[in-house]
Amino acid sequence: MSDLIQLLTADGVRVEHPDVAFSPDPSLLDTYGDEPGVLRALLRDMTLVRRFDVEATALQRHGELGLWPSSLGQEAAQIGAGRALAPGDYVFPTYRDHGIAWCRRIDPVDLLGVFRGTDHVGWDPEEKRYAPVTIVIGAHTLHAVGYALGALHDGAVGTGDASRDTAVLACFGDGATSQGDVNEAMVFAASYHVPVVFFLQNNHWAISEPVTRQSRIPLVQRAAGFGFPGYRVDGNDVLATYAVVQRALEHARTGQGPVLVEAVTYRMGAHTTTDDPTRYRTDDDLEVWRRRDPIDRLARYLRTTGGADDAWFAALEAEADELGADVRARCHALPDPSPLVSFDATYAEITPTLAAQRAEVAALLDGTEVAR
Amino acid sequence: MTTLTLAKALNAGLRRAMEQDGKVVLLGEDIGRLGGVFRITEGLQKDFGEQRVLDTPLAESGIVGTAVGLALRGYRPVVEIQFDGFVYPAYDQIVCQVAKLRTRSGGQRALPIVIRIPYGGGIGAVEHHSESPEAQFAHTPGLKVVTCSNPVDGYWMLQQAIAHDDPVVFLEPKRLYHSTRAELDPALEPGPLFASRVVRSGTDATLIAYGPTVQTCLAAADQAAEEGRSLEVVDLRTISPLDLGPVAESVRRTGRAVVVHEAHVSFGVGAEVAAAITEQCFFSLEAPVLRVCGYDTPYPLSRVEHEWLPTVDRVLDAVDRAVGF
Repeated sequence: MSDLIQLLTADGVRVEHPDVAFSPDPSLLDTYGDEPGVLRALLRDMTLVRRFDVEATALQRHGELGLWPSSLGQEAAQIGAGRALAPGDYVFPTYRDHGIAWCRRIDPVDLLGVFRGTDHVGWDPEEKRYAPVTIVIGAHTLHAVGYALGALHDGAVGTGDASRDTAVLACFGDGATSQGDVNEAMVFAASYHVPVVFFLQNNHWAISEPVTRQSRIPLVQRAAGFGFPGYRVDGNDVLATYAVVQRALEHARTGQGPVLVEAVTYRMGAHTTTDDPTRYRTDDDLEVWRRRDPIDRLARYLRTTGGADDAWFAALEAEADELGADVRARCHALPDPSPLVSFDATYAEITPTLAAQRAEVAALLDGTEVAR
Repeated sequence: MTTLTLAKALNAGLRRAMEQDGKVVLLGEDIGRLGGVFRITEGLQKDFGEQRVLDTPLAESGIVGTAVGLALRGYRPVVEIQFDGFVYPAYDQIVCQVAKLRTRSGGQRALPIVIRIPYGGGIGAVEHHSESPEAQFAHTPGLKVVTCSNPVDGYWMLQQAIAHDDPVVFLEPKRLYHSTRAELDPALEPGPLFASRVVRSGTDATLIAYGPTVQTCLAAADQAAEEGRSLEVVDLRTISPLDLGPVAESVRRTGRAVVVHEAHVSFGVGAEVAAAITEQCFFSLEAPVLRVCGYDTPYPLSRVEHEWLPTVDRVLDAVDRAVGF
């Protein structure tokens, strides 16, 4: 279906959709009490992730990070998808999915290492079920399909046992849909009927190239060409994104095969801190999307329905300030790695050549003579 | 004890690896019912099922990328690339993903993938079916690159590569698939995987070869012997990591070295071997290290490929130059 699924308008009004409803997972209700509680939790997630992102951008400007890919504006898409994941699901993320990482309980400071140059991955990918980020666009969607194929062959799909059944979330952007690997991933996923959800955040820009350069039709329609369902959701609507991704993950987990979800959103910031969006897009365009801001609309809804009051918002603001200060301080404190780490992480067993090179570097670090 | 071709030995090696470890899965184009275009996987899908031997869509990047995900899930995928020249669509997955995922996971994840590639010329094939891409992979940290020159090595090295925790590019000299036979005793213990080996002793010069050119060098040594010249032949077997020990030991004795491979000469494995020999054996050398290799053109039309491939005559000519230096 290529109509845009929406449950919360840009003005903060709840609307119905004939096929999709917001029904939070029981575990979320257990944690947050009732639906307003869940909505407050989602708003808190989005607010804190945005603050983290703003801080990271500032850290780059201060020379503390070599580069930062901002997720500004995409919080609903990411928190909606991230909160829909079950504990056993596995994520193959892009480098911009800070909100999904947040939902996997990854310490946001651990996301900075790649961009500060202190670490390739700051978390245990198995424990968090969140793969290391891949810089090459779309290459990891194939890894997601292979992982999902493994889960299928392990019998971890469609058993009805929630602790065993696994879905895999393959994240990518509109630019990546032009890549061969993404298309190959979809061919393989369909061919082997694997439990993968292709989660496409259409943020309208691939660096300076608009989505119209990638596709002349809504990207969701590609799913039909591969032979699996596709849903197009308002990616600035956290309720709708949650509901659609939840349904898609369930579809995959229960053995019904792959699904494409196109979350239509907008990258409010630059592609990365190296780029200047004022060169390729207009203020008018930005303004249209600013009025669709994912955080404002949920805040408005909670205010008008009495789901959250001034005191709650003030406390959230204070929490965000605290997170920002904490991220700043701990980023500065991230230790530089030992140069020897590279030698140790290249092979399962170090090779004789590499062992000799490692000894040379170790000796240089120690200031001792190099044995030859 | 049975006498096997290289093709049958590789098939037997795959079968034994699959019997011993249920996590070994094969992926590739036409490897199921057809048994692969060279029949290396013949009979395996019938015996191990479609989940262990996967016929894939025709997409090399897809095959290797899917293998990455399977490895992350705990499988040991063995990928078949149909022909050497078809590996390039998967180049990004091999060089940027397979090779680097261990580093990218901070050393936390092993990536036990074997990428089998039938390689080299000499079978009268059309374009893209006769290439020797070993240097491109050997130049990539994170990958290991090995090649076999006979059925016994093929049988053992393939099993060892599958059992190894690092990704291995496993190059199979396709012109030897059906042209070489050897007696195989599966009860014998093999030597280590990443080790070169002296396969013929001699005193006047050392020929260094791997894969298809080992046979060429052995033939050259036979012919040289008739003329009263004694050539030692070293089969590198492992290209990355390079095992220079037996090579250096041999060159220190003979004082002369000729490196022989089919791949283009410039920036190739021969250059690496020559540099390493020069570093380690400088005072033993009686002549510069020479190379007999493919020329720096795309692989030629098959009607003239014999002019391009290292031949016995070209090898002996290089030996003459080394001895006469």
